[in-house]
Amino acid sequence: MTWLWSNLDLVGELTLVHLALSVPAIILSFVISVPIGWLAHRYRWSRAVLLSLCALLYAVPSLALFVALPPITGLALRSPVNLVIALTLYGIAVIVRTAADAFDSVEPDVRQSATALGYSAAGRFWGVELPLAGPVLLSGLRVVVVSTISLATVGAVIGVESLGSLFTDGFQRGIQAEIITGLVATILLALVLDWVCVTGGRLLMPWSNPRRSRRPALSDVRSIEADPA
Amino acid sequence: MNLFLDAIAWILDPANWSGPGSIPQRLWEHVWITAVVLFIASAIALPTGAAIGHTGRGREPAVRVSGGLRALPTLGLLTLFGIWIGIGLAAPIIALVILAIPPLLAGAYAGFESVDRRTIDAARAVGMRESQIVGKVELPLGMPIVVGGIRSATLQIIATATLAAYIADDGLGRFIFAGLKTRDYAEMLGGSILVILLALVVDGILALTQRRVVPVGVRAARDTELRSRPTRSRAVVGQPIHEGNPE
Repeated sequence: MTWLWSNLDLVGELTLVHLALSVPAIILSFVISVPIGWLAHRYRWSRAVLLSLCALLYAVPSLALFVALPPITGLALRSPVNLVIALTLYGIAVIVRTAADAFDSVEPDVRQSATALGYSAAGRFWGVELPLAGPVLLSGLRVVVVSTISLATVGAVIGVESLGSLFTDGFQRGIQAEIITGLVATILLALVLDWVCVTGGRLLMPWSNPRRSRRPALSDVRSIEADPA
Repeated sequence: MNLFLDAIAWILDPANWSGPGSIPQRLWEHVWITAVVLFIASAIALPTGAAIGHTGRGREPAVRVSGGLRALPTLGLLTLFGIWIGIGLAAPIIALVILAIPPLLAGAYAGFESVDRRTIDAARAVGMRESQIVGKVELPLGMPIVVGGIRSATLQIIATATLAAYIADDGLGRFIFAGLKTRDYAEMLGGSILVILLALVVDGILALTQRRVVPVGVRAARDTELRSRPTRSRAVVGQPIHEGNPE
């Protein structure tokens, strides 16, 4: 604990740096993935190609990607932008799949009803498909939030500062408290951002309350029918 | 692009293919660590997950544990065990096992849970013993999901074993850290390319396995499902059938 009190400034500063690395990556990967996921949902032939590409990307070990990116992008190895790009790519690899599933989860009947009501293709996307796909998209986003926060620490071994610097520094100097602080800070940060996503989702999508939107299962139907009232 | 040519030249350099710390030795270490960790983690997580999926008991804590462990930064765990246990293979192996458990556990319970309850009831009704239900019904039907868990756990282990070279003198990650120290980008990039190739090859093999373990009967059922479904099917499904007059 004494280590934490005397180094509170450092931890606070690294937390901000960590946020500056991971939040842009999370937002970028979400904004890029939703259209790609929609393409995979809309055009059957593109689905297999896009999803396999994402699976391949996801299979690439993070440290290897951090090293392999700079020669492609022309950035320096220790540039934070390099890390943000790598984290964005991992985020995309996760969300595209969920986004395709999210758009698949919209009932075809609903889509047809929207068309029958006179929605244009774009209007239908923004007004019907996107809101209904929202809850599943949110679940994908939450996975990416947690994994990105955790993955960003890996950058510390190649010299990109983040909360992960507490791990490398603590290891080299043999300070156990520093590593534990880093672990706790990273997990807390992930929990806070996850809470922000859940709360944001609840505000933006009040209809997605899981307890109300659950479709009655066969057993429920039976119990309703059996009710003498 | 020149850097990539340098890296490929580094990989092909015969000097890097023999002696201590050569490419084959590091590759072997990487594969060996991955196999050992996968074996230990599977021995813990797969039976536990199967028991949870079969009985449905302890599901909530299992979901929370596998979800919570995912937020754990790999580097933090590695360095913590590194200073606790010291230099050597024990620290990375323990850390890797802990990290490999969540995907294995999730795959096992999700796989066993995915089996239709009616299928299990039918198996029980034709007189199968509980052990037969687990071995002959739940395991084969849930196998693709279980293998999916093994697949993501393996990828996780290969990736983290690269990082483990930071605290131990093992695996392909060694080339990355050695290159980082001596500012030899060709060695770093060469090591990275080898790791990426290893991960993609292993992932490909497991993806094929995942497809192969789908039981023949399930595959046949899936093919027939592809035919056009009747419209308004939803209005029919889910209606309770009234037999006789209960009131």
